[in-house]
Amino acid sequence: MKENLIKGSEIVCKALINEGVDTVFGIPGGAILPLYGTLNKFPELKHILTRHEQGACHAADGYSRTTGKVGVAFATSGPGATNLITGLATAMMDSVPLVAITGQVGRPAIGTDAFQETDITGATLPVTKHNYLVMKASDIGSVMHEAFHIARTGRPGPVLIDIPKDVFDELAEYDFSKDSKIDLPGYNPYLKIDQNQIEKAVDLINEAKKPIILAGHGVIISKAQNKLLEIAEKAQIPVVTTLLGISAFPEDHILSTGFPGMHGMAYASIALDEADLIIAIGSRFDDRIVGNAKRFGKNSKKIHIDIDPAEINKTISIEAPILGDINEVLGLLNPKVDSKTHPQWLKEVEHFKSEHPSLMIPESETLLGQQVIKTLSDLTDGNAVVCTGVGQHQMWAAQHYTFNKDSVWLSSGGLGTMGYEIPSAIGAQIGAPDKTVWSICGDGGFQMTIGELATVAENNLPIKYAILNNNHLGMITQWQDMFYNGQNMHETYTGNPDFVKLAEAYGIKGIRVDNQNDLEKAINEANNHKGPVVVDFVIEKVDYVFPMIPAGGSVDQLIEEEKK
Amino acid sequence: MSNGIHRRTIVALVHDKPGVLARISGLFRRRGVNIESLAVGHSEQKGFSRMTFVVGGAENSVKNISSQLNKIIDIVDASDISEKNIVWRELALIKVKCNQSQRVEILELSKVFRVNVVDVGINNITFELAGGKSKIDSFVELLDQFGVMEVMRTGRIATLRGATKIGINDGEFGESNSSDIYIADKDASGSV
Repeated sequence: MKENLIKGSEIVCKALINEGVDTVFGIPGGAILPLYGTLNKFPELKHILTRHEQGACHAADGYSRTTGKVGVAFATSGPGATNLITGLATAMMDSVPLVAITGQVGRPAIGTDAFQETDITGATLPVTKHNYLVMKASDIGSVMHEAFHIARTGRPGPVLIDIPKDVFDELAEYDFSKDSKIDLPGYNPYLKIDQNQIEKAVDLINEAKKPIILAGHGVIISKAQNKLLEIAEKAQIPVVTTLLGISAFPEDHILSTGFPGMHGMAYASIALDEADLIIAIGSRFDDRIVGNAKRFGKNSKKIHIDIDPAEINKTISIEAPILGDINEVLGLLNPKVDSKTHPQWLKEVEHFKSEHPSLMIPESETLLGQQVIKTLSDLTDGNAVVCTGVGQHQMWAAQHYTFNKDSVWLSSGGLGTMGYEIPSAIGAQIGAPDKTVWSICGDGGFQMTIGELATVAENNLPIKYAILNNNHLGMITQWQDMFYNGQNMHETYTGNPDFVKLAEAYGIKGIRVDNQNDLEKAINEANNHKGPVVVDFVIEKVDYVFPMIPAGGSVDQLIEEEKK
Repeated sequence: MSNGIHRRTIVALVHDKPGVLARISGLFRRRGVNIESLAVGHSEQKGFSRMTFVVGGAENSVKNISSQLNKIIDIVDASDISEKNIVWRELALIKVKCNQSQRVEILELSKVFRVNVVDVGINNITFELAGGKSKIDSFVELLDQFGVMEVMRTGRIATLRGATKIGINDGEFGESNSSDIYIADKDASGSV
C-alpha cells in the first residue's frame, strides 16, 4: 500500500495551486461535488460563485485578459458543461488561455445516457485548443499540467478537462516534479525563428516607400508593446490596430492611425489600402478587416508575423511570413530595420486623417452613445479597463475611447458574443482590483447575462456598468435599415426593465442619464462611488455607426457618414 | 480538377489512443473536406500510428489543411506530400464470380497483373492485388465480364522516395512556398 495516496479532487486543487492559480469561477453540481467538497481545504483558491456557467467562463476570460494568467472555470456535467461552450468559443476565437474543469457522470454510467450526462469532450472539440477525458486519478496530475502548458503557450486558447465523479474520489499519487514534466511530441509551441524569413522581411521593410503596421491581439499576448513602439518609431511606420489590437499602441501617438475595417476609421482603411507594404503583427486578417479578400491591400506586399503557422496564407497571400513569438521576432527584426523618416508617406497619412476625420459626433439635441464614450474617455484619462458587449456600443467604444498606455481593452472580437460585458468585467475587476473597470453595455447584451449582477453585488466589485440604452438591438436596426429595405423586425424592445430599479433590486447603485447636461456629473458620481454602479444612459433611439464598409466589401464601398 | 475538387495526399504520425481520429475527421468536416481514402496502422514507433489520407475539397479548404492538422495536439506531424516525389500503394481484395469452365481463363489474366489468389470457392474466386489506383481499376474493369461480387480497397498508403523521412522540416514555408495547388492526375498511379 502506497502512503502518498490522495483523492483525485485534491490532486486537481494542488495542481491548480502549483500552476499559480488563485481564483476560480464556477457553479457546483452533482458530478463535480467531490471537487467542491475538497475545495474548502485549500483557502489559497478563491472561488467566485457565478449565476450561470457562461458567466463563469467569461469571467475567467476577463480575468485572463487583464492579468495575462490562465483563467479557470468549474462546471458540472451535462447542462453545466454545455453552458460553458459559448465562453470557450469566445476564448478560442480570441486566443485567450483558459482551463475549464467539468465534472462527468461516474465511469460506470458513461455512455448510458445517465442523468446530466453529455459527451462534453466531443461537443467542445471545435471550440477548445485541446481537451481531455480523464479516466483514472493517476492521470489527473499530468493532464492538469499539460492543460496549463497548452493553454498558455504558443497561440493560447481554452483547454477543457472532463473528470468523472468517481475519479475525483479515487486515490492516486501526485508528484509535482514528475507530473509537471511535459512530454508532448505533437506540440511544439517554441518555434525556432528562421533567419531567412527575417532577412526577407527586413529587405521588404527597408525598400518600402509606404509601409504600414497592422498590429493585432498577438502583440498584447506576447507583451511586445514596447518592441512595436520601437520599430514604428525607428522606421517611422504608421500603425493601425485590429479591434483586439486596441491598446497595443498608444492612441495619442503621432503614428497611431486608428483601426481599419468594417467600422474602423476611414483614414485607417484608406491608409491600409494605399500602403505598399503591410506588416501584419499578430493579426489574422479577419474578414471584418479584410472584407473582399481579392481586393484587400491590392497595392501592397505583405509580411505576416505570427506564432500560428496555420494563419499564414489562410485568407491573404503573404510574400514574407515570419513564424515565431512576436516579442522574439521583433527583437531580431528591429535592429536590422533601417532608421527612416518616410516624410512623403506620413504626410499622405496625415492628409487621410484630415480629409476623413471619421469620428465626428453628429449634432444632436438628445444624448448620443458616442458622446457618452467620449466623455467617459476624458473623465478616466483613457486609463480604464474597458469591457464591452457586441454591437453599436462596442464599435463606439472602440472608436471614441482614447486608449492610453495603461488601458486594458476586453471585447469579444472574434466570436462577437453578446452577454460578454457583465461577466468579463467581473473577472477583470478581480484581476485588477486597483483599476477602474468600466463595462460598456448595450441594453440587449446586458439582459443576456444580467443574472451576474448578483455576483457583482455579492462580491461588492466596484465595476461601473454603462448601458447605452436605446431599447433596440441597434446594430440590427442599422443593418435592416441599410441592407434589408428598412424592414425593422424583432429589433425593438418594448418590455425592457427599469435598469435603475433593477440595479437597486440587486443592491447596486443605479443612475439614469437622459440628457447631455447630466452626462459628466453622472460619470463622476459613478467613478467616485466605492461600490458597483449601473448607469442607464438613455440614448437616441436610432443612430448608426459610421464609418462603415459593408460585409465583404472594400475601401471602395466606404460609407463615411449618414446621408440625411 | 473536375468539379473544382482539389485532391491532397496527407501522411500523419499520430498518438495511438481513443478520440484521435474524431479530432482529425472533425477538422475535415468543419472545413468541408471529404475523406476519399484513409489507411491507419501502427508505425515504427511504439504508441504511435501512421495515417494516410487522400482528401478532396475546394481549393481554399485543402490549401493549408496540413498546417491546420498540425494544430491538433495528438498529431505529432502531418505532412501534405501531394507535391513530393512519393511512392504509394493500395491493397484490394476482389471477389469475382467464376464457374469451373472460367477458372483457367481468369487465372491466366491474373498472372498478367501479378495478382495473388487468396481464396477459391466453387463459384467464386478472390484476388489480392497491391498497386496504384489505375492498376486496380483496370483489373476490376477486366473482371467485370465475369461478374465482380465485391471490391474491398484499403485506400492509399504513401511515403517519400529515398531516405527522406516525412517531417515538418521539409520546407512548408521555404522559398518555394506558393499557394498554387498541385492537382494529382486522376490516372496517375504509384510506381507500377
